[in-house]
Amino acid sequence: MKTLYGTELPNPLMLGTAQYPSPAILEQAFRESGAGVATVSLRRESGAGETFWRMIRDLGVLVLPNTAGCHTVKEAVNTALMAREVFNTKWIKLELIGHTDSLQPDVFQLVEAARILTEDGFEVFPYTTDDLIVGERLLTAGCEVLMPWGAPIGSGRGLNNEYALRAMRAEFPDIPLVIDAGIGLPSHAARAMELGYDAVLLNTAVARAGDPAAMARAMKLAIEAGQLACQADPIEARDMAEPSTPVIGKAFLS
Amino acid sequence: MTVWSVIGSGVAGLAVATELVSRGAKVQVFDPGGPPGPHGCSWWAGGMLAPWCEFENAEEPVLRLGRQALDWWAPRTQVERRGTLVVANPRDLPDLRRFARRTNGFNEVNQPEILELEPELSGFHKGLYFAEEAHLDPRQALRDLSRDLQAQGVVFHRKLAPTRLDNAIDCRGLHAREVLHDLRGVKGEMLVIRCRDVVLTRPVRLLHPRMPLYIVPRGDGVFMLGATMIESEDSSRITARSMLELLSAAYALNPAFGEAEVLEIGVDLRPAFPDNLPRVRRLGRTIYANGLYRHGYLLAPALAQGVADLALENKHSELVDEDRA
Repeated sequence: MKTLYGTELPNPLMLGTAQYPSPAILEQAFRESGAGVATVSLRRESGAGETFWRMIRDLGVLVLPNTAGCHTVKEAVNTALMAREVFNTKWIKLELIGHTDSLQPDVFQLVEAARILTEDGFEVFPYTTDDLIVGERLLTAGCEVLMPWGAPIGSGRGLNNEYALRAMRAEFPDIPLVIDAGIGLPSHAARAMELGYDAVLLNTAVARAGDPAAMARAMKLAIEAGQLACQADPIEARDMAEPSTPVIGKAFLS
Repeated sequence: MTVWSVIGSGVAGLAVATELVSRGAKVQVFDPGGPPGPHGCSWWAGGMLAPWCEFENAEEPVLRLGRQALDWWAPRTQVERRGTLVVANPRDLPDLRRFARRTNGFNEVNQPEILELEPELSGFHKGLYFAEEAHLDPRQALRDLSRDLQAQGVVFHRKLAPTRLDNAIDCRGLHAREVLHDLRGVKGEMLVIRCRDVVLTRPVRLLHPRMPLYIVPRGDGVFMLGATMIESEDSSRITARSMLELLSAAYALNPAFGEAEVLEIGVDLRPAFPDNLPRVRRLGRTIYANGLYRHGYLLAPALAQGVADLALENKHSELVDEDRA
């Protein structure tokens, strides 16, 4: 697997830490998922979530703080600065919301914030759309990872535009690409890996499932299956049947 | 005769004292804050006795133990048994379906049925009606418990409990975290508004993927709007965002709430253990009863029974997780 700013992930699943019924269930879900990275939001309460953040640090996985809920460059940059202090990491998942209903990223501000943070020494994981030009601008701004959406955050719709995601994979063959947002089912996560994506980031699909720990395990297995399949060079789909046993001489030819 | 010293007069302490007295024990109560008031987080509660709804996002004991709460409270304070109505806007119907899948004890209701229950909720086509649920006025409930305890000879000391107290029952909520290290605070924000133009007769929950709301009628045009759940331990103020979300959700329920007066803004921290379930823990000479989280009125009866079982009969209810007497 490609490295994320020099760090190799033990497992290509990144799991969010919001919306679980309780911290105990969150911990079980992490254990079952084998996730290598935990994303955590700081925006909601600056400085006062210390007990909860300590629990996240105690999960023993890499922490990727995010700027969820930020709508402006200034908010996002300030949140990133705070995250660096709280979690002692250069990593930041940069999320800049442009539209309240779809939570679609504001890609113009995203590029600007990515540039500012990279210059300040951050390693930026930008939550972006599947737009190739935006992807290119983010790389120019200093990002070494891209995180396109599968579908709007929390929608559980899977990979909304598989064509665009394939194009993105083809356009940036050497850049680590992570599907971020929109995953609802293990089959969505498996599909992302089959397309050659390097990792999947999800939260709601596990946290809001009836049994988060079981869903976490399902996601882990699906991601592993998708990754193996991609490496195994799958066959091409075709229109006509191609029998695996010879048919010459069988009655249907007569 | 042993005198049990209950420390803290929030819903946990008063329920524990009430349960002990009802089993014939002698009790005194310590709380430097005096009678129930804004210094305790149960003052800011919704007072919903809604075990079926709460089960949507809680573990099984909440449903089972919570069901006992209705009968425990009924002889002790005014309990309104009018059920709970759960509604969602048309675009959030997947949330209503999920809520229905995760819960039981409801009837699906359509628009005419919703209007029959609550004539002012005209914008909703689908809902769930949990007929067995109830609500109470938390502040009245606290006053009723204190009054009954005093009538039965329980002395309330308006001061800190002496250190080195035998037979102490610590019900101090988050203040006990210096001993209970796995306790954390979960911030809740609520509003009390008055709006005489809207009449609701039972708690209504509006489902929304990002800002769910419940609204509890207190009578006389007064409503409690609640409540946020934030993993934060800063109880100094409500954020503009939370207030916006609570008020816009109320407005979505009925636009007439736009004209409401804001009477009170409440912020406090709920004490919670990692699984968000309450615990009874005996360490040395003190029994700790804590971790009611957002289920103060719903689970205080079960917590109180667990304490009484341990204190008076040395029996371990399922809420006892540690006993190092």
